[in-house]
Parts: sequence; structure tokens; C-alpha cells
Amino acid sequence: MATQHSRSAARLMMAPAVILLLGWMLVPLTMTLWFSFRNYFPLRPDREPGWAGFDNYVRFFSSSAFWPSVQTTLVIVGGVLLITIVLGILLAILLDQPMWGQGAVRILVIAPFFVMPTVSALVWKNMFMDPVNGLFAHLWRFFGAEPVVWLSDASLGSIIMIVSWQWLPFATLILLTAIQSLDGEQLEAAEMDGAPVHKRFVYIVLPHLARAITIVVLIQTIFLLSIFAEIFVTTGGAFGTRTLTYLIFQRVLESQNVGLGSAGGVYAIILANIVAIFLMRIVGKNLDA
Amino acid sequence: MGRITLEKVTKSFGDVNVIPPLDLDINDGEFVVFVGPSGCGKSTLLRLIAGLEDVSSGRIVIDGDDATMVPPAKRRLAMVFQSYALYPHMTVRKNIAFPLRMAKMDQAEIDKRVNGAASVLNLTDYLDRRPGQLSGGQRQRVAIGRAIVREPAAFLFDEPLSNLDAALRVGMRLEISELHKRLTTTMIYVTHDQVEAMTMADKIVVLRAGNIEQVGSPLELYQAPRNTFVAGFIGSPKMNLVAGAEARKHEAETIGIRPEHIDLSDTDGLWKGRIGVSEHLGSDTFFHITSDISSEPLTVRATGELSYEYGAEVYLSPRLEHLHRFDAQGLRIA
Ligand SMILES: Nc1ncnc2c1ncn2[C@@H]1O[C@H](COP(=O)(O)OP(=O)(O)OP(=O)(O)O)[C@@H](O)[C@H]1O
Ligand SMILES: [Mg+2]
Repeated sequence: MATQHSRSAARLMMAPAVILLLGWMLVPLTMTLWFSFRNYFPLRPDREPGWAGFDNYVRFFSSSAFWPSVQTTLVIVGGVLLITIVLGILLAILLDQPMWGQGAVRILVIAPFFVMPTVSALVWKNMFMDPVNGLFAHLWRFFGAEPVVWLSDASLGSIIMIVSWQWLPFATLILLTAIQSLDGEQLEAAEMDGAPVHKRFVYIVLPHLARAITIVVLIQTIFLLSIFAEIFVTTGGAFGTRTLTYLIFQRVLESQNVGLGSAGGVYAIILANIVAIFLMRIVGKNLDA
Repeated sequence: MGRITLEKVTKSFGDVNVIPPLDLDINDGEFVVFVGPSGCGKSTLLRLIAGLEDVSSGRIVIDGDDATMVPPAKRRLAMVFQSYALYPHMTVRKNIAFPLRMAKMDQAEIDKRVNGAASVLNLTDYLDRRPGQLSGGQRQRVAIGRAIVREPAAFLFDEPLSNLDAALRVGMRLEISELHKRLTTTMIYVTHDQVEAMTMADKIVVLRAGNIEQVGSPLELYQAPRNTFVAGFIGSPKMNLVAGAEARKHEAETIGIRPEHIDLSDTDGLWKGRIGVSEHLGSDTFFHITSDISSEPLTVRATGELSYEYGAEVYLSPRLEHLHRFDAQGLRIA
């Protein structure tokens, strides 16, 4: 019953939400763009603010740390996606099996998601990865090996591990609900058609999960592009763990120039869009149909 | 070849014994229908034969070989599920070809068989669609196509037509019967539809709570039900079963008479009754008649032209040569 009248009424009622959302997005975006063309030193009264033209963009881009930081960002995003999806599928299949104490186990698996990134990174840094007293160090010594100095020798891997640990529950949860919606008769039909377990996984389970995997990839990418706390409390951006987000933070800190940081922010937006376009090309077709 | 023998097969889920010891012989090329009330274990029995459930005890023999422990894929049986269980992300062609691909058949042979099945089932125009883009009847045919390309020893159908509308059901019923005549492969078919059971089966197996109540051809079951359960279950409308004084006159605990074996008259007859609801089907009329001999109304089948007022008095004459007599245990007295 979408008459002219009710349609305009609907528009009117949706307007506040739309305006709020647009404002939420557009105001910061416009401010970032505005500042990126200016020099602005809120903490340095001796420097006058003023127009910078494209100076900030050129300075940010020509810094030797720029391309390595883009690479680091992509490696972390890619690594975490790979680990969370592979382990997430395995865990989801495991949790889908009928077992004793299923409810409790499922809640335990979700638990890491509720731990703040700062806290979980600190826990990992001090309890697991500490080269002297960490659990891993003890484990390595138990087997007679030399403890690994995780955060400096395997810094990127360590961060990927920490972030994966945080995001694995999310991936598992979404994939588990997807697996639960798989029609058991399809698997039985495939079994009768002569497909052994691994082929049933490849031909039936995996295609069924395609959409859920796509959603996990897209949502995680959005959040992983901007991870910060995990790097801040562990390596502080050293040992090749400086992501684009972290580089922006450092450049603002050292130059005190909000304009320079804003230009970096615009690069980050461009990077996010490039990644998004690639992702949509690769996995986006799973979303329609 | 598709000879299947069940020897003392039982099945329990935990403490619940669904199938007590059960013996059954299914001959090569037979069309066997399992019927019975809901929850009596028809699907369970079919799944036991398919190997999707493990038997609790007993043996399943297929073509002389003990198949009890053989995994489903190796039993050379094909199953058509009630939900069709098509693979939604594959085209119709891929769906039908799936069992052949799993068997690592070469592509030319796969194409030949898929095209053959598609033309038999009128699916040629739909080979490149996905199951989601097909109607219920077409999906059903894809499921059957996926079963026939394997050239199995026997087909298992679990209520394959129950999701279809009445007209389509009649059509598919004929198609499946036709297919059976053409392939002459053993088929085991679960249904609770009277008409499907009567029209399609070479042999009907009537189940109640996992027990086989009677096995026989449709006409055998119709003409000589072994007990009151089969008598009441086979035939539509149901056989009239009358217990008590009237039955004792015929030296039985319960007597049964089918609706078409009672004649109505205005003037005289063995029993007297009062017309209740009349159902006019055009070809036939079913009268539900209350009488003194039974607390349940009697159903009488008459020609389509006959009609009575509600509450009219009539006389009923059962044709005694068609009277079924049952003893205190409900078993047929010969
Ligand atoms: N996995 C299971 N666990 C426990 N009980 C089960 C299981 N599967 C079936 N049953 C029980 O076994 C009995 C027979 O079930 P089955 O599905 O074979 O009935 P059916 O004859 O096919 O009925 P319908 O005509 O409704 O399909 C039912 O009482 C059911 O509750
Ligand atoms: Mg059933």
C-alpha cells in the first residue's frame, strides 16, 4: 500500500536517521579533507596556521616509511584474514558436532572477542611472548630450545597472531551459524552419491559457506585496516610493524602538524577503497544470488 | 540386479526401539511401497537400507552380499529425498553429473548419461539453471535424474511427491511408474498416500510401530487384510469395522465391510440407519449413516446419482460374500 501519501510520510520519518548518518560520515570526512590542505599546529603557538596546498600530501607520500607501511598494513590484514578464516571454519565444524557441554564451550570460544584490544595485547606481550618469563619461553626451554624474542625477531607474525586471536571468535561465530543452516540431507545425498568426507567439504560445505566467508572478509577488513592498540602496546611500531594508521599517528606526533596527519588519513581512505574494490571483485559476487 | 533382504534387522535410538526384529525380502525389479501411519519407522527403515543409519542388530543383504557394514556410497543404491536435497550452488547439469564425477567417470560418458537422463525427464531446457530457478516438479525430476544416471541396483524414494500440489502429484506418479516399467530396476518407495501405494506398488509393506503388519500385492491387501489394522488402513474411504453383538452373529469379534459392498434401499435390508452427511463427488456419493449396530457411523458408497435427505431413514444390505471377519486379537478368520 505504497500510496503517494504514505511514501512521502515514510521519507519524512526516515529523514532524521538519514541526516544523522550522513552528518556522522560527512562532517569528519570534510574536516579531514579541509585540514589536509592546511598547516595546523594546535600545540605549537609559535607556528602560524595557514594554507599548505598539496605540501602535506607530497611530504607524507615521499617519506621513506610510506610504502613499507602500506605493505605492512596489507600483510597484517591478509595474514589475519587467512588465519581467522581457515581456523574459523575448522572450529565451526568442530563446534557443530554434538558434544557434551556444547553451550559452555561455545561461550568460551566467543570470550576473546569481549577482551579489549589493549588488554589482550598486553596479556599476550607479558604472559605469552615475554622472552624470559613468558609461557612460550618456558615451553621452548622445556624442549631445550632457545626462547624466541617474539616481538622483535618475529614482530609481524606476533602481531598477526594477537590480532587473529581477537578476531577468530567473530569468524567462528558467523561461520558456525552458516554451517548450522546447512541442510543435512544435502550431505547425506552427497554421501550416497559417493563423495567422501573431503569432497563433501569441498563441493557442499564450502560453497554453502561462501556468503558467510565473504561477510567475514569484508567486515574484518574494515576493522583490520585500522588496528592500532595492538601495535601501540607491543612494538610501538618498531621492527617493521608500522602500519599506515600507525605512521599517521607518528607523523602527527613528531611534526605536531594535524594537516600532515589529515593528508595521511586521506591516503588511508584511498587504500581502504582500493582494497574494497579488489575484495568486491574477488568475493563480492557471493553476496548476490 | 537389486535383490534386498533384511534379516532380523532392529534399530534403536538410545532407549527407544523404533524397529523391532524385522524380516523382509525385496525381489529384483519389484516396486515396493512402505506405508504406515506417521512415526511408524518408514523413513528409518529406508535409511537403514541406504546405510545412512547403522542397524542395531541384524543383517542387510544386497544381491547376496552382506551389506550391513558397507558404507552408503558402496551399496549401489540411489536415494531421492523428500526435500530433494539438490546442491543449490550447482547447475542442474552439475547436480545430475555429481555422482558420476565422484565415480571419476570420463567426461564423454558423463555428458552422454546426463543428456540421456535429461531427455527422459524433460529437463533438457533447464540444464543450465540452478535448482532455485526451478519449480517443485522440475526439482523433483532433477533429483530423480541424479539418481538414475548412476544406474543403481535399487532406487529409494522417501515421500518424494509430498511437497507437490495434487495435479502435479498425479503426473509425477505416472512418470515414476513409467520409469519403473522402462528401467525395471528395484524401487522402494515410502508414502502415506493411499492412492500412490495402491496404484504404483507391486508389493505393499504395511508398517505399524516398526512391525510389518502385512506384505502383499495391493489387491491381496485390499481383498484379504490380515488384521483389523491393515483392514482399516488400506482403502479409502476406510472399511467399516463393527464390533459387538452384530459381529457375534457372524461368529467373529469384529466384522468389516467396505463402503462399496453395502447396498442402500428405502424399503428393506439387514440393518436400519439414518443418513448423516452425504459427500457428492460426482462419480460417487459417500453417505455417512448412523445405525444401532455400531457407535461409529457407517460409510456407504453409492452411485453419483443417488441422493437422500439429511436424516432420511434407509435400509442397508451388506453383501455377505464380501464380509471380513476378525477374532479377538484382531486377526482375520479365514
Ligand atoms: N535420530 C533419531 N533419534 C531419535 N528418534 C528418532 C530419530 N529418528 C527417528 N526417530 C523416531 O523413530 C520413529 C520413526 O521415525 P520415522 O522418521 O522413521 O517415521 P516415519 O514413518 O518416516 O514417519 P513420517 O510418515 O511422519 O515421515 C519416530 O517415533 C521418531 O521419533
Ligand atoms: Mg518419514
